Amino acid sequence: MIRHPVFRALFGSKFNAVVTVLMLALFALTVPGLVRWAFGHAVWEAMNRAACVATDTGACWAFIKARFALFFYSVYPEAERWRVHLGLAVLVVIGAGALFSHGRRGWWLLGLLVVVPVVDAILLVGGIFGLTPVPTERWGGLMLNLVISFVALGGAMPIGIALAFGRRSQWPVIRYGSTLLIEFWRGVPLLTVLFMGLVLLPLFLPHGVNVDNLVRALVVMTIFTGAYMAETIRGGLQGVDRGQAEAALALGMHNTQVQLLVVLPQALRLCIPGIINIAVDLFKDTSLVSIVGLFDLMGVVGQSLKDPAWTGLASEGYVFAAVVFFFACLVISLGGSVLERHFSVAPRASKS
Amino acid sequence: MTSRGKALAWQTVAVLVTATIVIYFANNVVTNLAVRGIQFGFGFLWAKAGFDIPFHLAEWDVNFSYGRALWVAAINTLFASAICIVLASMLGLTLALMRLSGNLLAMGTSRALIEVIRNTPQLLQIVFFYFAVLQALPPMRQSVTIGTSVFLNVRGLYLPAASGTLWDWITGLSWAAVLIAALLWRRIGMQLPRLLVLPPVLILGLVVAGFTAQWDAPALKGFNFQGGVRVPPEILALALGVSIYTSAFIAENIRAAIIGIHKGQTEAAFSLGLTPGRTMALVILPQALRILIPPLTSQYLNIIKSTTLGAAIAYPEILQIFARTVLNQSGRAIEVMTLVLGVFLAINLVASAAMNAWNRKLALQGR
Repeated sequence: MIRHPVFRALFGSKFNAVVTVLMLALFALTVPGLVRWAFGHAVWEAMNRAACVATDTGACWAFIKARFALFFYSVYPEAERWRVHLGLAVLVVIGAGALFSHGRRGWWLLGLLVVVPVVDAILLVGGIFGLTPVPTERWGGLMLNLVISFVALGGAMPIGIALAFGRRSQWPVIRYGSTLLIEFWRGVPLLTVLFMGLVLLPLFLPHGVNVDNLVRALVVMTIFTGAYMAETIRGGLQGVDRGQAEAALALGMHNTQVQLLVVLPQALRLCIPGIINIAVDLFKDTSLVSIVGLFDLMGVVGQSLKDPAWTGLASEGYVFAAVVFFFACLVISLGGSVLERHFSVAPRASKS
Repeated sequence: MTSRGKALAWQTVAVLVTATIVIYFANNVVTNLAVRGIQFGFGFLWAKAGFDIPFHLAEWDVNFSYGRALWVAAINTLFASAICIVLASMLGLTLALMRLSGNLLAMGTSRALIEVIRNTPQLLQIVFFYFAVLQALPPMRQSVTIGTSVFLNVRGLYLPAASGTLWDWITGLSWAAVLIAALLWRRIGMQLPRLLVLPPVLILGLVVAGFTAQWDAPALKGFNFQGGVRVPPEILALALGVSIYTSAFIAENIRAAIIGIHKGQTEAAFSLGLTPGRTMALVILPQALRILIPPLTSQYLNIIKSTTLGAAIAYPEILQIFARTVLNQSGRAIEVMTLVLGVFLAINLVASAAMNAWNRKLALQGR
């Protein structure tokens, strides 16, 4: 047993043995209590908090069960929730098609860029084709986090590409202008940016134009993400071998063609990991909209804690939100690594 | 068209388009302000604020001006940032060392912690510490007692305060410095990076100074604690949330920097007869520090920006005081947001300039 590699990895040296004992002590102190709270003494069925407390000493998961739908849709009308599901299904199907299709990826990508936004906007907002309009005040929960993430990420791509090229431009006015924009947006905290959207955006628009609170948040989050995207894409552009552009020029391509058709696609492929990082950060940061009066998952949890029937169950509410965010981020990361493998250079080279 | 003419044409177009947009926005702003009857200007900064700032390091009184409030709030932001930077660095180093320790349990725990911390929102962590942990603490009379004179309850953390004079501290610190220098000198002389000597000197100095200084311990008298110093739950939750979140990223940066040092360096040091500990301190860490500085800079800047999340739990930092309280009272959206953004851009500029200077110094030394 003493020769066993696992034993050696735990007790191989004096230092190692001390660390192992310390870690075991730490586990013994924390794990049993947590397990007892979350499972052993947890209450799954109860009408309200008082009933929970009367039943057992652990977590009151009945609270989560009672408000489960609210956490995902907030007060989006119950009869219309199929629209949210259908919108998500359209996104997943076309997104999967763009990821996994072999021959017609161009069409799938076009679908992802044009069909999905239009169809999903119609489905969620409603008002045409006999769909009941649903005002954005009724949007919320995890659905809102997803909507903001997708809109901001989609809008950030063109902004990021434009600013990245701008910062690499040989014309000083464009270069300094782009640099200034990128550094400004990267230099200020997202929360101040959201406040800017809330209080400044209406001032910048003509008198009498009233902007929806959600749209204000979307606009600033898109620009903010675009600045970070620009730096990632610039890194990708720098990583493309010079010979590629030179070869394309030698073939007689115009400079714009060279950049857009030869350099940019390769650059985007290089910066997939960076873009996935931005997507994960963005998704986590969508929770900040709860501070400026929108009811995303965090906002709904915060609001639910004030419900007289369930007041004060902060641990349960936030642990649940953490689990949801954790798995959502995991899905984004996994999707990212699939994307990365799919677009990596090696399989293409072997195909030809 | 010649390429020069083309360049000139396009840049002129860019300037014209930008100018048009700016003029359009400015025009709208002027109309909107006129409609609301607001006159643009920073004169309101000299007006009386009239609100209380519950936690302040700089002097504050309800009768002070908005301008003074800006100063007080900025100090609060910087104070929270400083605490978070120190805590996050220490936690990050701990997590990184656990991850690199070669011990299965420590590596697994560190990895699991880092994954959980990195994949949940920072705001959620701050709010969790505030509402689920600190607000769930017992009231004043049933305080959790740590040792004999540290108390934790729903009103915050009560710590003993040193009431010693400045002179006590200076003597204590000097004694500690002399002691450590004497201990270290014979063994490694001046080879050890000075930065690594600094924390132990400071800690030992604080301990020694603690013995020479007078301690004023908090004690429950009637309905409140007398003596000591109270750390409000807002700053505790903000410090815990921000520093734990960032420590996961710092840990990964440190790990990457240490792994990034070529294995040949370790082997060369071993073949020269250096022990593993000295190899780490004298060969690996000084070189890793050079790789580490740029990503560490951006993490520190992130921390400064993240302190704005204190607004979610009403920690009186600059966004909370200005974009909320002052804006609500005065209605001066443009001026207030300009000030808040300006403060952050200024902090950013100064911090990145300082870190760049440090980076340049280290980068030059080695080559």
